Amino acid sequence: MRYVIIGNSAAAVGAIEGIRSKDKKGSITVISIESHHTYSRPLISYLVQGKTDRDKMKYRPDSFYEDNNVNAILGRRVVKIIPDMSSVILDDSSAVEYDKLLVATGSSPFMPPIQGLNDVKRVHTFMTLDDAVNLLEIINSQSRVLILGAGLIGLKCLEAISGKVASVTVIDLADQVLPSVLDKKSSQIVKEFLEKKNVDIRLSCSIKQAYENSALLTDGTQISFDILVMAVGVRPNISILKAAGAYADRGIIVDHQQHTSIKDIYAAGDCTQGYDMSIEKNRVLALLPNAYMQGYTAGLNMTGEEKTFDTGMPMNALSLMGMHILSAGVYEGEDYTEEKEGKYKKLFYSQDTLKGFILVNDIDCAGIYTAMIRNKTPLSSVDFELIKQKPSLCALAKERRSNLLNGKETW
Amino acid sequence: MKKIKVNEKWCLGCHLCEYYCAFANSGIQDMVKALKDMQIKPRLRIEQNDKISFAVSCRHCEDPICVKSCISGALTIKDHVVCIDKQRCIGCYTCVLVCPYGAVLPSEEGAVRKCELCTSRSDSKPACVQGCPNKAIELVEV
Repeated sequence: MRYVIIGNSAAAVGAIEGIRSKDKKGSITVISIESHHTYSRPLISYLVQGKTDRDKMKYRPDSFYEDNNVNAILGRRVVKIIPDMSSVILDDSSAVEYDKLLVATGSSPFMPPIQGLNDVKRVHTFMTLDDAVNLLEIINSQSRVLILGAGLIGLKCLEAISGKVASVTVIDLADQVLPSVLDKKSSQIVKEFLEKKNVDIRLSCSIKQAYENSALLTDGTQISFDILVMAVGVRPNISILKAAGAYADRGIIVDHQQHTSIKDIYAAGDCTQGYDMSIEKNRVLALLPNAYMQGYTAGLNMTGEEKTFDTGMPMNALSLMGMHILSAGVYEGEDYTEEKEGKYKKLFYSQDTLKGFILVNDIDCAGIYTAMIRNKTPLSSVDFELIKQKPSLCALAKERRSNLLNGKETW
Repeated sequence: MKKIKVNEKWCLGCHLCEYYCAFANSGIQDMVKALKDMQIKPRLRIEQNDKISFAVSCRHCEDPICVKSCISGALTIKDHVVCIDKQRCIGCYTCVLVCPYGAVLPSEEGAVRKCELCTSRSDSKPACVQGCPNKAIELVEV
């Protein structure tokens, strides 16, 4: 069996590990546009911050490709997939044939149309190791940085550079920080926390006109900067698979086994629009754990195993300048809210199940909440009043708890 | 393969397991120096209410969601034991978010704390198992 994987990040690594759990012999070829050993993308902010280094941020050890008998073609772009010939064409015109193909091409920063953006002297994105290395090279203690986007990427970039530059301003079109992660109240807590650390945050605001070293904002103010970081969001990289005829919406549509609409071609990770159990629909979930799980599932199915992954949902773990935020699921239904001494908890529930939660600085045992969402644990089967206050196994029915703690059952 | 078994009906809620765990993993030879007036850092936790108590430590799941979710590659499986590489862990707490047992513990030191069945120590049994006065924590072959 000849397995070919386009991509070299979490979904690709998941696929390699999935394949090798069942098939030790088939050939695996990984093709990646980046020339680096597989690394963890979310760790680029820690690299800039100085909390990790190029070696420690590798997602798997140096011997990974060798250990798994993987032929890694790094620094090459796939320009075309030809399903009829079961082959992919690289940018040096060479062809690689496959029996099973996984497309794990990830996502790219979205660049909104902004007048004058081409005139800006230094525009950066913050997604790849090269982005991080480039940013590290140009920032200094005099730099004034403008970050467009107060989402996960923008705020992690803020954290990474805040001690290293003269000033950082973050602006976002939304009326709150982390609009895809937090509710209004918790975003207010995070905003105030960041403002106490002298971060200039401007919401409901965008760039009206950009110039070489400054911008006119939609609120009418003018701001000068040395570096502009674009962190508006990401878009799935779907073009090569779409050109090959795969069914795509915002991302490549995949089923629970990660099949695309083309025979023998699978897709996983940020480039896909896979099943989200929290809304019972397919949607793009650009999250590392989701990418790994999808990749692992694809890998198993590529070997001929039958494995489904239908428990994907939004999940975020964010540490930000000493603050810890965990969230999962959807924010719908009835809610339970607790707020005290810089801690915030909000649980969302309906139809006798937990649907989602937001936790700020109150994160112990949060995985018990996540498991309840994932398993659709009936709230009537647990001591919900107790579990509202603190996620605990105590609140489970005695037999269930006993079985879990003695390995007779798993979550 | 060996796993921790917890018998809640035998647990006294004495918290000795926490102390034995913290001492065993402190790297300090003298128990007094390791524990007295120190904020202890056990790799397990006790759940307790007015009726029951029991210890919770890593279940070393066969298909561990924490390992699959770890964004840095710091959590790995070595000989059926889920291990944490403290040098690689950056404290994002994704594992805290996904562990269904609440068995991965946040830590102010940066890296998370979790039970490794005392595999990095030379003793044959985990310290919590050895120290439990009532056999409420056992190591059993499964």
